[in-house]
Amino acid sequence: MYISQPDGSQRRLWNFHGGLRLSEHKELSSTKPVSKLPIPERLILPLQQHIGTPSQPLVQAGERVYAGQTLANPQGDVSATLHAPTSGTILAVTEHAILHPSGLTAPCIILKPDGCHTWSPNLPPPITDFHTHDPNVILARIKWAGVVGLGGAAFPSNVKLQTNTHTKIHTLILNGVECEPYITCDDALMRTYPNRILQGAQILLHILGANHCLIGIEDNKPQAIAALYNVIQQYQLSQIQIVKIPTIYPSGGEKQLIKILTGLEVPSQGLPSMLGIMCHNVGTAAAIADAVVLGLPLISRITTVTGRGVNNPHNVELLIGTPITTAITHAGGYTDSAHRLIVGGPMMGFTAPDDSAPITKGTNCLLVTSPQETPNPPPASPCIRCGQCAQVCPANLLPQQLYWYCRSQNLQQVQAHNLFDCIECGCCSYVCPASIPLVQYYRATKSILREQTVAKRKAEQARLRHTARQSRMQRLEQERQQRLQQRKLPQTLPNATNGQVDPKQAAIAAAMHRVAAKKQQHAIQPRNTDNLSPNQQQQIQAAQIRRHQLNAESTHEDVTP
Amino acid sequence: MQNQPMKTLPPKTFSTATSPHLLGFKNTSWIMRQVLLALIPGGMAMLYLFGGGVLINLILAISAAIAAESLVLYLRSKPIIATLSDLSAIVTAILLALALPPTLPWWLTIIGVSFAIIIAKQLYGGLGYNLFNPAMVGYAFLLISYPAEMTFWIPPWMLNSHPIDIAGTFKLTFTGVLPTGLDIDAISAATPLENMHNGLSMRNMVEEIRDGRAWGLFGEQGWEWPNFAYAGGGIWLLYQRIITWHIPVSILGTMFLVCGIFYLLDPQVSPLPTFHLFSGATMLGAFFIATDPVTASTTPRGQLIYGSSIGLLIFIIRTWGGYPDAVAFSVLLLNTAVPLIDRYTQPRVFGTHILDDDI
Ligand code: SF4
Ligand code: SF4
Repeated sequence: MYISQPDGSQRRLWNFHGGLRLSEHKELSSTKPVSKLPIPERLILPLQQHIGTPSQPLVQAGERVYAGQTLANPQGDVSATLHAPTSGTILAVTEHAILHPSGLTAPCIILKPDGCHTWSPNLPPPITDFHTHDPNVILARIKWAGVVGLGGAAFPSNVKLQTNTHTKIHTLILNGVECEPYITCDDALMRTYPNRILQGAQILLHILGANHCLIGIEDNKPQAIAALYNVIQQYQLSQIQIVKIPTIYPSGGEKQLIKILTGLEVPSQGLPSMLGIMCHNVGTAAAIADAVVLGLPLISRITTVTGRGVNNPHNVELLIGTPITTAITHAGGYTDSAHRLIVGGPMMGFTAPDDSAPITKGTNCLLVTSPQETPNPPPASPCIRCGQCAQVCPANLLPQQLYWYCRSQNLQQVQAHNLFDCIECGCCSYVCPASIPLVQYYRATKSILREQTVAKRKAEQARLRHTARQSRMQRLEQERQQRLQQRKLPQTLPNATNGQVDPKQAAIAAAMHRVAAKKQQHAIQPRNTDNLSPNQQQQIQAAQIRRHQLNAESTHEDVTP
Repeated sequence: MQNQPMKTLPPKTFSTATSPHLLGFKNTSWIMRQVLLALIPGGMAMLYLFGGGVLINLILAISAAIAAESLVLYLRSKPIIATLSDLSAIVTAILLALALPPTLPWWLTIIGVSFAIIIAKQLYGGLGYNLFNPAMVGYAFLLISYPAEMTFWIPPWMLNSHPIDIAGTFKLTFTGVLPTGLDIDAISAATPLENMHNGLSMRNMVEEIRDGRAWGLFGEQGWEWPNFAYAGGGIWLLYQRIITWHIPVSILGTMFLVCGIFYLLDPQVSPLPTFHLFSGATMLGAFFIATDPVTASTTPRGQLIYGSSIGLLIFIIRTWGGYPDAVAFSVLLLNTAVPLIDRYTQPRVFGTHILDDDI
């Protein structure tokens, strides 16, 4: 299909299978300017706001901190830095409720702001001439700034930027699609701060050594398209192109967006980098620009607070760690019909059991709905095999067959039917006339399978350890025997020279020795196959992380809501 | 905000649910209602052509279906009202009733519908679990057990020299007694398909057979109207996205193609392709029966295979088989093949076999 673009040209776009046209409800929040929340009376900063390992806290209760001061350092390869969003006193480093479907608690730094917002004197200098800097310097800066994917999944950006070890990235895609209903934070960002996004795009292009950047935006955001387009025209940014795409859910899914823009399909369970493509959210690009050009860490974000459950739905720039209650109060408080608190969009977001948690780097939307907006589904009835689910599935799966296999726990068939290519977009559940909670089945089965894989790996490791131990014991025993024999040897040797040692027995002993040695080798060998090159290991790890990210409960990073 | 005393209100709690939190508007009973709606024109056409007998059949069938379904649900201790309200039993009853001769003895209608609901649907586990299309199981059962009654059709009114009024039909259906002064041959007529079939097997030429009857646009006068009406209803279902084009198009396309080939080979012994398309239960079968979601293939490619096989079988059975119409048997035969077809026609999953596909 050809779609006319802001520059008047016609651009060829591709379709993905299925998808839905949903009522958008974006006007609730998109019609007002982005407001800024005054500094809240306390901030709660979970040590894990990102995918990967929690950060390592550097501060203690009672310590005074500056705005932008590093509070926690990344730990391990996949982790992110955490900064003080404002100046104040650390009250505690303790367990606190976090945003989680089951209302879990996790270690958090509790900060009591002093209201002055005094910046740290140790902030790094701005890098305005980033073109002249080595990409690694810029990457280090992004790592320092604690930038994570702001579309929802919060994968550390510096790690993502480094995962391409084998293919050269030629195309950068910025995801400004925001296809989930209600959410407008990216729209607001694009309208308000087009320069930051485009600066971020240039920095990303420089890091990746890519030659062009496509910014995908749905055609329901004409103002955002115009804002970005004007800046591109103004600065003659010929490497960057805005691409207007049709509004259809879930075109903001990373794989779907790549298909729409390029016609290429990311291989099943693979990474976009295999195609030489990398996607980032527009918000992430803006945060990267701030980190590099201004030398500021990621301490705030734009979040959509919306739904008929709040009195004044709007987009608001919040400090990371702002309690939900504060954000809701700023949005006029709850209406009487507040019924569900959804973190993320209505299609892929999860419900929070209460509002005691703070917002984190990845919180793009707090959606408080009325019972009319998100009715409780009627009880599920039998599947009538109508195929509506298969017609809308963007991954072109057969959801009803997956459902049968999930129900009967036929784990083999489930995988043969590509369960792991399901992006949990919810289209199938949405259309199912029998109101079967299909996605719930898929999620549950995926976690069973993942646990199994982990258990299998553990069992395999245990087996290897066991065999290794056995062969070690054997070797020790053998050595002991040998020593014993050697001690005896002086007595027997003279006899041996006298031909007392039976040559047959000697041959047997030698043979047994060989067998033992062979066994030992065998026992160790499997371990050797584990000795992959660091490169290979990294690839595996990257794939695993990526899969983990895709399957994370929270909204997918680039299914920009 | 700073200087306000800290309030520690208990957190507000919310109901939790899993995503997606939005719901589509379609549900099973909505779908069945659309099917019922789409059947109205065809039903009206049948009523118009064949008179009150059609209505009697419909009423008998619906009542029997409700009774049979309630009975089984009661025995299986399942919710009765909730299940009945999915309307699937009523759809089955109506599809079967529309396929029955208008003057069928009342007890046969009841037996057929009960067989369809109890044996073909509920004994398999109820809606969604049945392998075979219940209405067609009922039809095939009646046709095999009571061939004489099942092939006894009165002609459409425009060809009927001895029309029977509603009271007469009522009497005939419930007592088997014909109105005074009429005998069975006077009121019965072969359907055009039977005519063609019998005629051709007696080595008559198509032209001669056609000359013998009053012909309408495509088929015999009268019969083409319900077919048109069913096709119209089918297009409504397509428009409402309850069915996809794959099954009806492949059935009709295959029939048209195969008949066309035979017609071109020898127009003397083969009727025009449109004759088959607008005769008998073709359109009812193509749009309403073969598309029954529960028993049809669910993959797009599978549906094409399923549909064209049905189309081919209908033509074969009509032309060389022992039964004049063939929709029921063709659909039932292909129902058995559905698991196999589905298995080998899975769509290409996003991101797989990319090289096989030119993108
Ligand atoms: S949409 Fe629901 S009822 Fe229809 S085939 Fe899929 S799972 Fe079954
Ligand atoms: S949730 Fe999974 S199976 Fe359902 S439509 Fe989305 S990708 Fe397909």
